[in-house]
Amino acid sequence: MNQSNISNALKDAGLEILTCLQCGTCSGSCPSGRYTGMVTRKIIRKARVGEDILRDPDLWMCTTCYTCQERCPREIKIADAILTIRTIAVHEGIMLPAHRRVSELVIEHGHAVPINDAVKEKRKKLGMETLPETVHKYPEALADVQTLLKSCGFDKLAGSEI
Amino acid sequence: MKKLSLFLGCITPNRYPGIEKATKLCLERLEIDCSDLPGASCCPAPGVFRSFDKATWLALASRNIVLSEEMERDLLTICNGCYGSLVDANNELKNDPALKKSTNAHLEKIGKKFKGTVDVRHIVELLYDEPGPERIKEAVVKPLDLRVALHYGCHLVKPSKERELGSAEDPTFFDELVEATGAESVDYPDKMACCGAGGGVRSALLDKSLEILEHKLSRIRDADVDCIVNACPFCHLQFDGGQAEIREKHGVLYDIPVLHYSQLLGLAFGFSPEELGIDLNLVTNQDFLEKLKKLAEG
Repeated sequence: MNQSNISNALKDAGLEILTCLQCGTCSGSCPSGRYTGMVTRKIIRKARVGEDILRDPDLWMCTTCYTCQERCPREIKIADAILTIRTIAVHEGIMLPAHRRVSELVIEHGHAVPINDAVKEKRKKLGMETLPETVHKYPEALADVQTLLKSCGFDKLAGSEI
Repeated sequence: MKKLSLFLGCITPNRYPGIEKATKLCLERLEIDCSDLPGASCCPAPGVFRSFDKATWLALASRNIVLSEEMERDLLTICNGCYGSLVDANNELKNDPALKKSTNAHLEKIGKKFKGTVDVRHIVELLYDEPGPERIKEAVVKPLDLRVALHYGCHLVKPSKERELGSAEDPTFFDELVEATGAESVDYPDKMACCGAGGGVRSALLDKSLEILEHKLSRIRDADVDCIVNACPFCHLQFDGGQAEIREKHGVLYDIPVLHYSQLLGLAFGFSPEELGIDLNLVTNQDFLEKLKKLAEG
């Protein structure tokens, strides 16, 4: 996507960032920024002026805690905007390897965190059924989830065709 | 109260089954009608899937909601992440006819249809609403003489305009539920700060995620508490598994036990730590387990 179109794409999603004052309340409130070097204010500035934001590693350091969004004096939906910029990046083929692996787990198991043998033992110890009442227990339900993922083209997006 | 279905998500049944069992035991004790929700999947995880593709997020979330619609039950979550993902998806689909139509086009392929007939609930806001802290207090059989560091977690209260649960900076409803068990909810600096797990940060940038966690753990250690209480299995995993990872990577031992609210409530209802899976955490502090044993005998 053309960089200058990012703020338009955000606007289409109901996320106006042009009113940002660059006051820095967001960065000052960010629990991630203290340790990761992520500067929320700069993400918004870059997205606004059309600098290359899609390949900016800061984009993936947001824990989505929403504190910036809560405190923004302009009531800009900052966390939602970061999520939407991520969406644009992913559709440009930019995805961290670990996130690709999480995607593959959901495509294969219907769970981002599937069960393992150690937890099956814990379930037994608690007197519970080994498999929970989820897609793990019902293959036809997993097939439905996979049909939906394919219908949305998610398998292709995550680079792992069903 | 409308009847409920229990949405398990991923981490509860597949990593911390004690939370699943504790929840069922507590709901039964409170005579809340809550059934299983067979065939549910990942909510899907909001930090990553919502980032990747909105259509996919809504398709998977709506399928989970539709399973509950078909049972004519509100969907109960016991995880802030699942709650955030499903309550937001439910609201967007209820309020945006075009989005509902495009999502139903996907659901049609598996013979399902989103109608918008049920609500998504979180166990903490549900219990606060009904039966409420006073009636929970009446149901307690073993008042807990414990000092608790409460962790609300982000997506229970934020974004506050969507959640409508009051202040996100200084909420009190969850503290009231904790204190209904007899425990003291101890104030500590950065109580409302993030645990560092969300947004795909834990999965992709573990070291950074643990630095965010360690800041919070150091605050909690200084507060001299018996345990951490949360209402989100992902925060639970971050606090419990994260302490083990910090011990391994940095050689720092915190050794602070971590309980989901259902497990805390279960103790106050007289269930044993073993019945509630509290001994199945990665951090198993023997002093704490001994203390619980004494509380149970007392």
